[in-house]
Amino acid sequence: MGAIDPLVLLASLMVASTPILLAAIGEMVVEKAGVLNLGVEGMMITGAVCGFVIAVNTGSPTIGFVAAAAGGAGLSVLFALLTQYLLSNQVATGLALTLFGLGLSALIGQGYVGIKAPATGDLPIPLLADIPILGRILFQHDLMVYLSIALIAGVWATLKYTRFGLILRAVGENHDAAHALGYKVVHIRFLAILFGGACAGLGGAYISLIRVPQWTEGMTAGAGWIALAIVVFASWKPWRVLIGAYLFGGITVLQLNLQAAGLKIPVEYLSMSPYLITILVLVIISADRSRAALNAPASLGRSFHTSH
Amino acid sequence: MTDELLSIEGLTKAYPGVVANDTVSFTIGQGEVHALLGENGAGKSTLVKMIYGLVRPDAGKMRLRGESFEPNSPNAARQSGIAMVFQHFSLFEALDVAENVALGMENPPPQRELARRIREVSETYGLPLDPARLVGDLSAGERQRVEIIRCLLQDPKLLIMDEPTSVLTPQEVDILFETLRKLSSEGTAILYISHKLEEIRTLCDAATILRLGKVVGSCNPREKSARELAEMMVGTTLHTPDRTGRTMGEVALDVIGLSVKSSNPFGTSLRNIHLEVHQGEVLGIGGVAGNGQEDLLAAISGEVTTAPDAIKLRGQPVGHLGPNDRRKIGILAAPEDRLGHAAAPDMSLTENALMTGAIRQGLSSNGFLNWPASRKFADEIIKSFDVRTPGASHAARSLSGGNLQKFVIGREILQKPDVLVVNQPTWGVDASAAAAIRQALLDLAAAGAAIIVISQDLDELMEIADKFAALNEGRLTAPRPTKGLTIDQIGMMMGGAHDMEVAHVAD
Repeated sequence: MGAIDPLVLLASLMVASTPILLAAIGEMVVEKAGVLNLGVEGMMITGAVCGFVIAVNTGSPTIGFVAAAAGGAGLSVLFALLTQYLLSNQVATGLALTLFGLGLSALIGQGYVGIKAPATGDLPIPLLADIPILGRILFQHDLMVYLSIALIAGVWATLKYTRFGLILRAVGENHDAAHALGYKVVHIRFLAILFGGACAGLGGAYISLIRVPQWTEGMTAGAGWIALAIVVFASWKPWRVLIGAYLFGGITVLQLNLQAAGLKIPVEYLSMSPYLITILVLVIISADRSRAALNAPASLGRSFHTSH
Repeated sequence: MTDELLSIEGLTKAYPGVVANDTVSFTIGQGEVHALLGENGAGKSTLVKMIYGLVRPDAGKMRLRGESFEPNSPNAARQSGIAMVFQHFSLFEALDVAENVALGMENPPPQRELARRIREVSETYGLPLDPARLVGDLSAGERQRVEIIRCLLQDPKLLIMDEPTSVLTPQEVDILFETLRKLSSEGTAILYISHKLEEIRTLCDAATILRLGKVVGSCNPREKSARELAEMMVGTTLHTPDRTGRTMGEVALDVIGLSVKSSNPFGTSLRNIHLEVHQGEVLGIGGVAGNGQEDLLAAISGEVTTAPDAIKLRGQPVGHLGPNDRRKIGILAAPEDRLGHAAAPDMSLTENALMTGAIRQGLSSNGFLNWPASRKFADEIIKSFDVRTPGASHAARSLSGGNLQKFVIGREILQKPDVLVVNQPTWGVDASAAAAIRQALLDLAAAGAAIIVISQDLDELMEIADKFAALNEGRLTAPRPTKGLTIDQIGMMMGGAHDMEVAHVAD
């Protein structure tokens, strides 16, 4: 145990959590609009490979991240067209999207296995980064970490205080009523799905460009599914999504350190612990079922089409 | 009153297989309360959807204050001063009142300003409402206030109301009418859709009657009797159900201190319900929707199980039995929601008949289905209850609401229940089919069954029930004989008195 430095542990917590955080906040917006997109994993891995390939070829991680967002959003357009215009089943389409994304990314990334990504520099925030201990934990990260937190705050404020946020929630709550009042349900959902895809793409690229940073097939390893679970157990609330993602990231880092420290617990138990503990904690947070149901978008997963 | 506000000329809209509106023409004057009358499927909803910009007409013209009016979206209609209160509320349960109002406005002011204006308007019109409450927590009457205030904030020239009173208590209806009269005196025209004829006679200045998409007449409803209006709507003479020839037997069903917690977060839990129904008796249960009707039906049908002694059939405790065990001993039910609860929409009528009839009609043995017998049972329902369908192999979804309702009720009646519970047996059913269903229920009672009819249609309950009780916030009033019961007494039983007090404070 003595080998673990709590400071390093806390500092790496945010880095480990960011991919899931990005994917989860995107999916939360999609679900708030009443769409269930199970293709998060597929969009993440597509983002990961697009970001990696472009970053390697241009030498710029920034352009890589832009490409990752575009790649994730591109894949989500497919989902949006199928579910919103052709009215296909959202669950089946989402699952297909995941499988498609895994295959597509393997194809694109064929020549890139074993290459190292161009480094992304840390961006310590002036003054704040010099605070002892806290500065090291919170303010000495790369830009994407700050961006992901800003995104949470932005989504929270947009949903709560803006007219667009209100309309988005209304569409997810009762699409028939929203349509009757003259809001373009399909249009709004399309935009939400695009946003979700872009966020998932960014999350994937964070893994391939910063966290690892190289390309291997299937490297997201279920992060998309955890993001989906976090959205539900966080009761569709942005700040709870943050708690859920950081909890998962924190325990992941902790168990990796424990493994390295040679703790006398079988590795398998340690590996499964982040999943178990995150879900357990979030289940307890959302234990009051009637209150949780209040937050769930009532039209979630239902296809909308104008009958007359 | 005589200045013309909206004129409609030759409006036509066809859907595949049906002409919803066929060259419909009429005019509405400024400040006029104009009724649009017609049976379900007569084309009333399509017509108002065209005025509100939700549906585009195939042919015909509309003129608003003399100018051509072609709204291509509800936003455009709202900008021209047209507002609409929907039959099925266009509200969002998880959002608060102010947010719901903001969603129905073109340029809503900031939330704080909006909350102030909601309070102001709601007090002016005697419709008390708290902007910060969640709509999911409001009663049906309060929800309607949200819709009306949403319209009023936009200062409409024409207010369209689609079946506004179907969910209100008599006292709430009075408050609504007062508001509408006040609006009309201020120059707002009202297009009022309903098939409650007495209401139209008290409220409206003019009426246009639609049948099968065509205008079949117009009149001043104050000069006609309700029966004349009804016959103009239906096109034939109506017969009143015959309730003679029944004798009361022993107590069939006894409910003692039943309490059930609602499964729905916005639902109402049942609290300490007592009732008894005799053989040959019809008990009518009134009350505004959302006061525990669905849970009461579920508790009696066995969908929700309770303590054994809470429900007794002929003295035997049955509260712990599930639906199939209760069917076996003669308790049957027909829930309100036809598509999804009472019938499986995508399955054939034969399969639907089999699902509740399997036990009492012996349609399955050792886990294997007896298809020929099931088909015969389905055909029998179709024949005895005049269900209009090409055959028993057609999906339940393909039937019109009234026909499916006849099938669902007929399916239970033909199984000769000892106790039958029905919720909203004639909701959305045309007048002649409704009369047939009511007669069938009375005939079943005459044969010795105990029947509980849960309904929001008070006229229906007065017509067929021997005793009346009201559900209010999950509590059931003591049943009283329907003979001699006045509308005021009914209103009090339904809990209207409580709302009246709130309204007085606001005055």
